[in-house]
Amino acid sequence: MNNDDNYGNNVPQIVAFCCNWCSYAGADAAGTSRLQTKPHFRIIRTMCSSRVEPDLIMEAFRKGAWGVLILGCHPGDCHYKNGNYKTDRRIRLLRKTLAQFGIEPERLRLDWVSASEGARFTRIVDETIEAVQKLGPLNLAVPCEVIHE
Amino acid sequence: MTRIRPNYEDRVSAEKPEETIYERWVGGLLRYIDEEKNMRIGVYVCHCGGNISEVVDVKKVAALMGEQADVTLARDYEHMCSEAGQKIVLDDIAEHNLDRIVIAACSPQFHEKTFRATLVKAGLNPYMLEIANIREQCSWPHFDYPDYATLKAKDLTNIAVAKVRLDEPLGSKAIPIGKRVLVIGGGIAGIQASLDLGDAGFQVYLVEKEPSIGGKMAQLSRTFPTEDCSACILSPKMADVPANSNITMLTNSEVVSINGYVGNFEATIHEKPRYVDVDKCVTCRVCEEKCPVKVPDEFQEGMKNRKAIYVPFDFAVPYRHLIDESVCLRLTKGGEVCGLCQKVCPHDAVDFNQQPRTHEIVVDTIIVATGYDVFDARLKKAYGFGKYENVINGLQMERIISCDAEGKPLRDIGKRIAFIQCVGSRDEQVGNEYCSRICCMYATKLSQLLKRADPSREVYVFYTDLRSFGKGFEEYYKRAQDTGVKFVRGRPAELTEDRKTKKITIKVEDTLSRQMLESEFDLVVLSTGMVPSQGTESISKILRLNKSPDGFLREAHPKFKPVDTLQEGVFVAGTVQGPKDIPDTVAQASAAASRAIRLMNQGELEAEPITAQINEDLCGACGTCVSVCPYDALKLVEKEEKKVAECNEVLCKGCGSCAGACPTGAAQQKHFKTTMIRAMLDAALGVDATPGKEA
Ligand code: FES
Repeated sequence: MNNDDNYGNNVPQIVAFCCNWCSYAGADAAGTSRLQTKPHFRIIRTMCSSRVEPDLIMEAFRKGAWGVLILGCHPGDCHYKNGNYKTDRRIRLLRKTLAQFGIEPERLRLDWVSASEGARFTRIVDETIEAVQKLGPLNLAVPCEVIHE
Repeated sequence: MTRIRPNYEDRVSAEKPEETIYERWVGGLLRYIDEEKNMRIGVYVCHCGGNISEVVDVKKVAALMGEQADVTLARDYEHMCSEAGQKIVLDDIAEHNLDRIVIAACSPQFHEKTFRATLVKAGLNPYMLEIANIREQCSWPHFDYPDYATLKAKDLTNIAVAKVRLDEPLGSKAIPIGKRVLVIGGGIAGIQASLDLGDAGFQVYLVEKEPSIGGKMAQLSRTFPTEDCSACILSPKMADVPANSNITMLTNSEVVSINGYVGNFEATIHEKPRYVDVDKCVTCRVCEEKCPVKVPDEFQEGMKNRKAIYVPFDFAVPYRHLIDESVCLRLTKGGEVCGLCQKVCPHDAVDFNQQPRTHEIVVDTIIVATGYDVFDARLKKAYGFGKYENVINGLQMERIISCDAEGKPLRDIGKRIAFIQCVGSRDEQVGNEYCSRICCMYATKLSQLLKRADPSREVYVFYTDLRSFGKGFEEYYKRAQDTGVKFVRGRPAELTEDRKTKKITIKVEDTLSRQMLESEFDLVVLSTGMVPSQGTESISKILRLNKSPDGFLREAHPKFKPVDTLQEGVFVAGTVQGPKDIPDTVAQASAAASRAIRLMNQGELEAEPITAQINEDLCGACGTCVSVCPYDALKLVEKEEKKVAECNEVLCKGCGSCAGACPTGAAQQKHFKTTMIRAMLDAALGVDATPGKEA
C-alpha cells in the first residue's frame, strides 16, 4: 500500500479479512450498488472467518497495518455451521492480548456482514478507517520480532 | 500495454509427479510445475467495457504489473470474459508457456469458474489462477478517488500475483455415488418424492414414524380452491407406494442416527413392533370389536374413540391392524391379562412377543420431508382452546365435515359459526412472526362449505389480512363472499364462554368500520397455523441441518437452491422448509427428487479440492483440530508409532477452521495456506516480498 497518494500522506492502511460466503459477497454488494467508501483498505478473502488465526492478525500489525478488520457471516449463518462462533471467541481473547503489546484494541474489529448488506459493509469499513485515523499509525511498544515469535 | 519477457527454457515438465495422494486429478493437470524452475505468470487487466477503465487507469496497472518479478506478460483488454478475451489467454499460455494466470476484473463470484475452465482447456491446473476484484472493490466503490482507485487496483492485482506465485495444483478424490435414496417422512411430500424417484428407477427407502403413510393431508376434508375430496386424490397415490417395486416402505419407524456423507450415508432406523403380523392379518376387524380399551382417536383429532388394537384410518397404507402398546392391557400389565384380540383373531395374526427391529441401510442421498405440526392453540390462552368445549381448531373442523360420511365424528355445530384467523401465526406473543400461508384459504374453504351445506347458517371469518395469493385463490375468496360468508377485519382479543349454554362470545373491533362488535356463536374455529414438527427438530440434529429463525429448515439459497441444504446430498421437501400448501409441497417434492437424481446420475462426484492437509512432522496430536472441525473430518490416528491427526478429504468441506486453530501450523488449508495468506498480507501492506528479498 502506498502512503504518498494525492489525498495526504499518512493514510491509514486497513487489512480486511472477509469470508467467502457472506462478508465478501457483502463487499461485492456494496460495490454493485455503487456505495462509496474510503479506499484505504485491502480485502483478503478466506473461505471462512475461522481460518484467520491470531498469528496472521499480529503479522498484519507487525507489517504496518493501522487496523485489522475481520468480517464473517452473522451468528448462525456461517456456511460451515459454526465457524464464526470460533472466530468470535478467538478475537475476544486476542483483543485482551493486544493491549499488552501496546496495540490499542480498537484497531481490531470483528463484525458480521451478510451477502445482502452492502450498506452495512460500507458503514463498518468507514467507521473503522475513521477510528484508526484518530489513533494514527501504529507505534509498537514491543519490538516486532517479539510479536512475531 | 503488453510487456513480454524473453522466453526462458521450458519450465514446465510434462509429467505428473509420481507420488500423488490423489486418486484422480481434476482435469487439466497434465503439466506439473517444477519448483526449481522460474515461474511464468500472465496478468490480464480487464476494462469491463468501461466499468473499470472509466475509473481505473487499466493501462497503467498493466504496465506496473509487467515490471513485477515472475510476471512474464501483462495485458489489458476490453472484455476478458468474452470468447475473444479467453482466446487471448489460451494463445498466450501456448505461446509464452505461462503457468499461472492472474485476471484483474470483476468479483470471482462471477467468472472464477469461467477462467478455471479456460486454464483446463489450456492444459493447466484450474487452481493456478487468481482473480483480482478491481471492479466491485475499486472502480465502483471509489469512483470519487480515481487516482487512488488505480493505485488500489495495482495493489489488489499485486496481492493476486503474490498469491498465484505460491498456488499449487489441486486435485480431488472422486466419490462414487449410487442410486439409493432415503426419504424421511411419508406425508404427501415424502410420497411424491418417493414415487418420482421410484419411477425413475432409483431405490427408495421411505420412513414414516406413524403406522400409516399419508400425513396431514389424509385428514383434510377437501382441498382449496378446487374442493377435491382430499382422501380421494391422496389414497391412490398412497396405494402406489407399496405397489412400486423400487420403494421399500418402513412405517412405525424412526431414523435414529445418520453418519457419513453424500454417496455413503449410513442410517439406522428403529421400527416399533405392531404386535400384529402384517402378512397374516386381513383386517377383518373382528379383534377391534372385542377389544375393551377405548382411547381418543388421533386421526379424528380426539373427537372420536378408537380401540387399543386398531387400523389408523380407512385408507391407511399399510391397511393392517396394530396394537397401541401404551394402552393395551396385556402389553401394559403383562402376564395373561386380556388377550381377547389374540383369542378371536381367525388368522392367528396377533403376536404379543414381537420385538422392535433395527434396520441399517446405506444410501447416497436423503430427502427430508418431516412436515409440520399444528400450532397448539392452548398457548393462546385468551381463546380458551382446550377449556371451552365449543372452541375447536381448523383440523378438527376438517374432520367434522370430512367426506367420509360414516366414519367422521358427529358433532352438533349449530347455526352461528365463527373463524378466527392467524392463531399462532403473525403473532409475536407466541413467538411466531411468520405467516402460515394456508389458514386464510382453508378458512375460506371451510366457511363456504358450511354455508353452502346449510344456507340458514351464519358464518363469520375474523381476519387480520386476507391473503389469497395463489392460482384461483382470489376467485375462490370472491365465491365465499358471494355464498354469504361474512368477512370481518379484526383480531378478537378474548373469547368468553356462557357457563350454561356453552356459547362463545366474541368481542372485536372491526378495523374497517371502526366499530366494536360483540356477538355470540355456537362454535368458534381457530385457524391454527403451522409450526415445525417435532420430527424436524430431531432430524435437524441428526443431520446437522441449519434452521431459519422461524424454526423450519433452511434451504441452501432462498432463490436458486430452494430444495438443497448446505449438507451436500440432503434435500428438503414440503412444509419442513416452511409453511406451504399442497401444490407447492408437491412441486417442491418433485424438485427435491430431481435434484437428488441430478446428483446420483453423475455416477461419481468431485470432492471439494480445497481441503485440510496435515503436516505429520509438525503435528503433536493435541487434538485441537479434531475438536474444532464441524464435519468430524479430522481424527487422531496411530501412524508409524506416532500419533497424528488425519483428514478425511471426503468429509472435509474446506472451511479452514483447523488451520486457524492449529498451534503448530501442522494443519493447513490447501489453497489458503498460511504462507499464501502471509504473502498476500505482504503485498497488501507494501512489504517487498519478491522471492529471495524478504528479510
Ligand atoms: S463462512 Fe462466513 S464466517 Fe464462516
